[in-house]
Amino acid sequence: MAELTRPTALGAPPAAGQPQGPGASPGRGASGPTRWVLRLVAVVYVLVLVVLPLVVMVGRTFEDGLAAFVESVTSPEAVAAVTLSLQVAVQAVVVNTVFGVAVALLITRYRFRGRGVLNALIDLPVSVSPVIAGLALILVYGRNGWFGGALETLGVQVIYSVPGIVLATCFVSLPLVVRELVPVLDEIGLEQEQAGRALGANAWQRLWRLTLPSVRWALAYGVVLSLARALGEFGAVRVVAGNVLGSTQTMPLLAAQRYADLDESGAYAISFVMVAIAILCILVVALLRPRDHR
Amino acid sequence: MGIQAQHIVKRFGDFVALDDVSIDVQSGRLTALLGPSGGGKSTLLRVIAGLDHADSGTVWIEDREATSLPPQARDVGFVFQHYAAFKHLSVYRNVAFGLEVRKRPKAEVRRRVTELLELVHLDQFADRLPAQLSGGQRQRMALARALAAEPKVLLLDEPFGALDAKVRKELRDWLRRLHDEVHVTTIFVTHDQEEALEVADELVVVNRGRVEQVGSPNDLYDRPANEFVMEFLGPVTRLGGQLVRPHDLDVFADARPGTVPARVERLQRVGFEVRADASAGAERFWLQLTPGQVEALELSPGSPVWVRPARGAATIASSASATPADRAPEGAFDRASAGSSS
Repeated sequence: MAELTRPTALGAPPAAGQPQGPGASPGRGASGPTRWVLRLVAVVYVLVLVVLPLVVMVGRTFEDGLAAFVESVTSPEAVAAVTLSLQVAVQAVVVNTVFGVAVALLITRYRFRGRGVLNALIDLPVSVSPVIAGLALILVYGRNGWFGGALETLGVQVIYSVPGIVLATCFVSLPLVVRELVPVLDEIGLEQEQAGRALGANAWQRLWRLTLPSVRWALAYGVVLSLARALGEFGAVRVVAGNVLGSTQTMPLLAAQRYADLDESGAYAISFVMVAIAILCILVVALLRPRDHR
Repeated sequence: MGIQAQHIVKRFGDFVALDDVSIDVQSGRLTALLGPSGGGKSTLLRVIAGLDHADSGTVWIEDREATSLPPQARDVGFVFQHYAAFKHLSVYRNVAFGLEVRKRPKAEVRRRVTELLELVHLDQFADRLPAQLSGGQRQRMALARALAAEPKVLLLDEPFGALDAKVRKELRDWLRRLHDEVHVTTIFVTHDQEEALEVADELVVVNRGRVEQVGSPNDLYDRPANEFVMEFLGPVTRLGGQLVRPHDLDVFADARPGTVPARVERLQRVGFEVRADASAGAERFWLQLTPGQVEALELSPGSPVWVRPARGAATIASSASATPADRAPEGAFDRASAGSSS
């Protein structure tokens, strides 16, 4: 464990009763044939399900050469799709992060009527089909929906426009930050915050100096999951975006459309951009995360 | 001056944790809130710190009414049983926390933290994370952290409760010396009567949400106000309808004025003391003797002896239905040994 190999301050010998890092006990886990079978199953499963299709797709992407790929991803509609996707994803992730932190704190730090219901409702977006989410949003924000008319007289168009896409993306990625934070907040408990209060820190200082740093890895993970989900969301966005070329077409929509238009290499090219962004996200988290975490 | 909690009532649902409790802690002293688990002592401490709110009653800290102040405005240092270390901050930053949130100048923070780390002997460990410290070191860090912003009072909630016996004893002596140096008004909560008797200037015995007795350690040990205090502070046995400490009994090989005839049932030596179970008629009791006494009296199981409470021994008329006479509270055995040797 990194904790144990780290040089001690000023070369002082570790004191007696030095806590051992987790997993320091030898012989953890199964040994012998069980371990090899488990490993084989895991590796084969991931290979067949994830790696193989991705590798084949990457192969297809560059089948027609690099020039064709570059041309395909720099076409005006591809650039517009990438820009829109990033724009939507950033907005949705920011909203989702603020909301996620607030709700996770609410659920773990307070006891109130309706807490159980709130807790259950948070999971709803991942349980229902994204298409339903899109349709529901149209019912509320569409031209003939509850708020749609009123918003339109104010000059705000939600459905078939960017705000609708952001809304749909927020909806489908709603639980991702909350669900990462709640168990960590439960685990760290209240004592550190109480200690902070007794030491004179106000609520804002406790949030920024104690709570958020304590949950930073869970938060980073939640943000990356949200970002990946936001970039990749198809169903809900498809319903509310209307797929207007060059204005409400996100990367997944463009990929699907190119595929439907029999432009397979174009579809693979844009897919490759999405995969690359996803892998980049995972790498960033892996690099940010300290080695002694978990 | 000091800390006054007046008529504090605190309920958790139907459970009355504090039932009209009033205490008055003098400035600059080290006071122990002593009592069994669940007796309300930690709740009282948390009410004083502002971490819990009383249903009624008032709290005054150094001549300022603090009843409705949030903890961060009370100028208290609080130390938790399980350290409550800020795990993501180094030892240095942990100690500096109270100063940093008060926006003190960097140079002042550095000077003060360095000074405190020296005081708690952690100056070598400034750059470590709390996870790299032992339990005793973590608790010393927590103490330095609580002292950093120069609080008016220091509140310790079972500060040594999570440590093993040896470290606990070291830290206890160390806390006593620290207090002699720093002189900050201190209240510490403990269920360990040995710890309280050894460290505190004054004891407040709390049980079932009420204060049983207040006084100096010697006062309470020698003149307990009631059966509960007597039993909680040290070993007791019952002789002739009275509660008495088993080391406060005179034993003779022949009848003397005021003695009760009895018979030795069993002798058990533990280190430098001998525990003698005896019976006087239907009554069973026990005595704490020295190996020398046993030898001089030539005691063995079956020996007849005559017993009476020693002069000046603390005795309390026992209520018949009380706990068995030979019941000793947790840790009382150690305490009794220490008492008889001093």
